[in-house]
Amino acid sequence: MLETLMLSRIQFAANISFHILFPTITIALSWFLFYFKLRFDQTADPVWMRAYRFWVKIFALTFAIGVVTGITMSFQFGTNWPKFMETVGNIAGPLLGYEVLTAFFLEAGFLGIMLFGINRVSARVHTLSTLIVAIGTSLSAFWILALNSWMQTPQGHEMRDGVAFPVDWFAIIFNPSFPYRLMHMVIASGLTATFLVAGISAYRLLKGDDKQAPKLTLKIALTVAVLLTPLQVFVGDMHGLNTLEHQPQKIAAMEGVWHTEKGAPLLLFAIPDEKQKTNHFEVAIPNMASFILTHDLNGEIKGLNEFEGNHPPVAPVFFAFRIMVGLGMLMLVIAWFSRFELWRKNQLPSWLLRALVFMSFSGWVATLAGWYVTEIGRQPWLVTGILTIKDAATDIAPENVGLTLIMYLVLYAVLMVSYLHTVFTMAGRAVEIEEINDDEKVKPVVHFHTVVKG
Amino acid sequence: MFEANTLAVIFVSLMALSILLYAILDGFDLGIGILLPLDQKDDSDTMIASIGPFWDANETWLVLAIGLLLIAFPAAHSYIFKELYLPTAVLLISLVLRGVAFDFRAKAAFSHKPTWNKVFKVGSLFAALSQGYMLGMYVMGFETTLAAYSFSLLSAFGVAAAYSYIGACWLIMKAEGDLQIQAINWAKKSGLICFLGVVAVSLVNPLINPDVYAKWFSWPNTLFILPLPLICFALFIFSYVQLKQLPKVNDKGCWRPFTAAVVIFALCFFGLAFSFFPYIVPNKLTIWQTAAAPESLSFLLWGTMIVVPVIFSYTAFSYRVFWGKVQELRYH
Repeated sequence: MLETLMLSRIQFAANISFHILFPTITIALSWFLFYFKLRFDQTADPVWMRAYRFWVKIFALTFAIGVVTGITMSFQFGTNWPKFMETVGNIAGPLLGYEVLTAFFLEAGFLGIMLFGINRVSARVHTLSTLIVAIGTSLSAFWILALNSWMQTPQGHEMRDGVAFPVDWFAIIFNPSFPYRLMHMVIASGLTATFLVAGISAYRLLKGDDKQAPKLTLKIALTVAVLLTPLQVFVGDMHGLNTLEHQPQKIAAMEGVWHTEKGAPLLLFAIPDEKQKTNHFEVAIPNMASFILTHDLNGEIKGLNEFEGNHPPVAPVFFAFRIMVGLGMLMLVIAWFSRFELWRKNQLPSWLLRALVFMSFSGWVATLAGWYVTEIGRQPWLVTGILTIKDAATDIAPENVGLTLIMYLVLYAVLMVSYLHTVFTMAGRAVEIEEINDDEKVKPVVHFHTVVKG
Repeated sequence: MFEANTLAVIFVSLMALSILLYAILDGFDLGIGILLPLDQKDDSDTMIASIGPFWDANETWLVLAIGLLLIAFPAAHSYIFKELYLPTAVLLISLVLRGVAFDFRAKAAFSHKPTWNKVFKVGSLFAALSQGYMLGMYVMGFETTLAAYSFSLLSAFGVAAAYSYIGACWLIMKAEGDLQIQAINWAKKSGLICFLGVVAVSLVNPLINPDVYAKWFSWPNTLFILPLPLICFALFIFSYVQLKQLPKVNDKGCWRPFTAAVVIFALCFFGLAFSFFPYIVPNKLTIWQTAAAPESLSFLLWGTMIVVPVIFSYTAFSYRVFWGKVQELRYH
């Protein structure tokens, strides 16, 4: 029988992992929608409206799941991790509060107009509502990542009787790991959305949907992916260097470095052995890890031996990191190759379209793997140096935690199947969604004579 | 800027306001879900269209209310929700199910629509029941006695009836023809149950809590506070008379039952809040014992003072955009 602590951890991991999938899409997809709507306003070309109309429905569905699974989180902090709020609530509270006040209300308030108000407000107000929803989703990422980063690299507070009190809010929000983590996550969201847009557009083309809209959205998504994939490699590297400075034990686990060494190799594959404190079946590039992390072939990397009893479990961090990086590289190759083919031949061969369909949700896997690296990598701390996971746990009976865990898991399985099924069903019916006879009902901002001239 | 005790009062007022707004706003859309007929396709589409643009924002008030409890009174948050662990899980799962059903019913394969309609109805019903149950347990001070459980079950149905009532009143404003007449009938029935529920809570609450009794029946408090239930009962009668006369020519007065329901909700809520203040966990913890650090609350208060009026204005704007009788819900 698992005890309450482990059950609470699994439950929280399940809830937050499932929740994060949906905002990861909507944060960036909202900016795509704003771009489609803006282009429609400027050009009056109906293909932009069709692209908007199809993707706004996917957005609405994804956003709704994000909202309702997010409500769960606001209850969980108190029920499963009471000591978290008692110890650092003075810091975490206002950051969460600002997220609700500035982000949730902004997005939810204008979502109604964005989704259903296109014929009830002017084109300008509608486009503005779309922009505000996009700003809201991004603000939400800002606040929540400020809090998460503070938990990783806390500063700007003082401890009195075991409770954290804020001293400098600017230092708290802009803590050392925040800028890197925010950039990394926002780009991850961008990549998740671009591969979803590319994948679903490719799916429609494969199904013989010979319309302009999917070709256009495929091209835009691949163009954005070409820009974002190398940028993510660069930002990820900076984030890694920042982690090396502030949380060296996490890097040691990511790289599988058991003993401090100079000229550490980059492990492409290995099986870390926690008991014998060594790796099996290593496939490595000599000196490469030192080079990447210290920019010196013989640079020293601190090993896990320096953080005895104070470092995360190695295997999950080690593997999650490799899944994230491996997927990231695959996304880079596919994005560049597809965009190049598209530029050369103006269409993609069907095997490449199929590859893109297969990659539709690759952003989800990479994002989750990345979060597992950083969150498991923070263990045994909940808030680095201030509160351990063990001390934060609740004293609720394990049966209750177990029962609710099963309820959540069943719910999430049903939702995931329904979501994926519905997204592909909608792609199959895309023509029906896009093509509306009274297309002229929706007026762009642009004036008629400029259209004729253009 | 403010001292600690004042900050606690300010934040508990903000939290109370959020809960009240949540009960009214999500109340009517949960009510629409509870009333959703499963056999009349057109009616169910119209009813859902009447809440379509609003439900996301309505539920955000719950996040704010729970968020404020967590932020400003963290010890109370963990006390209350550890006591209410299982009903909370039921509430959350119900809210998730009805939220996604709203979107799936319109977007999934056509043959699945009746299933999602059922999920929407059942999810709405259980969300309301669990909220009522939690309210009941709260009023009973989280006792684990048979009386407390029975009262909480009664409260569960009372809240479900209250949400159906305000939902039906909302529909009277937004619907026309047969559906409007149907809504009037729903409002009459659920209004009666809701009325009985309010009477029951009003009697039980002072009888089981001596402090509450002392508060309501001590001179001169009684003079100011007793008109509250009297106005509330008068409004129920007013509403019933209105419902009997509706629908009128040119749809005159279709907004009256909803307005009455909103005021009834506000009065009942104020009555409860007055009964327990300054306790945030009845008879155990006061707002001052559980409040977070003043430096944190002041930091949040600055933002709140700027943001909340803005939220009110764009919420009002959104309701104005979708004013009047409901139209088919279309993304174009």
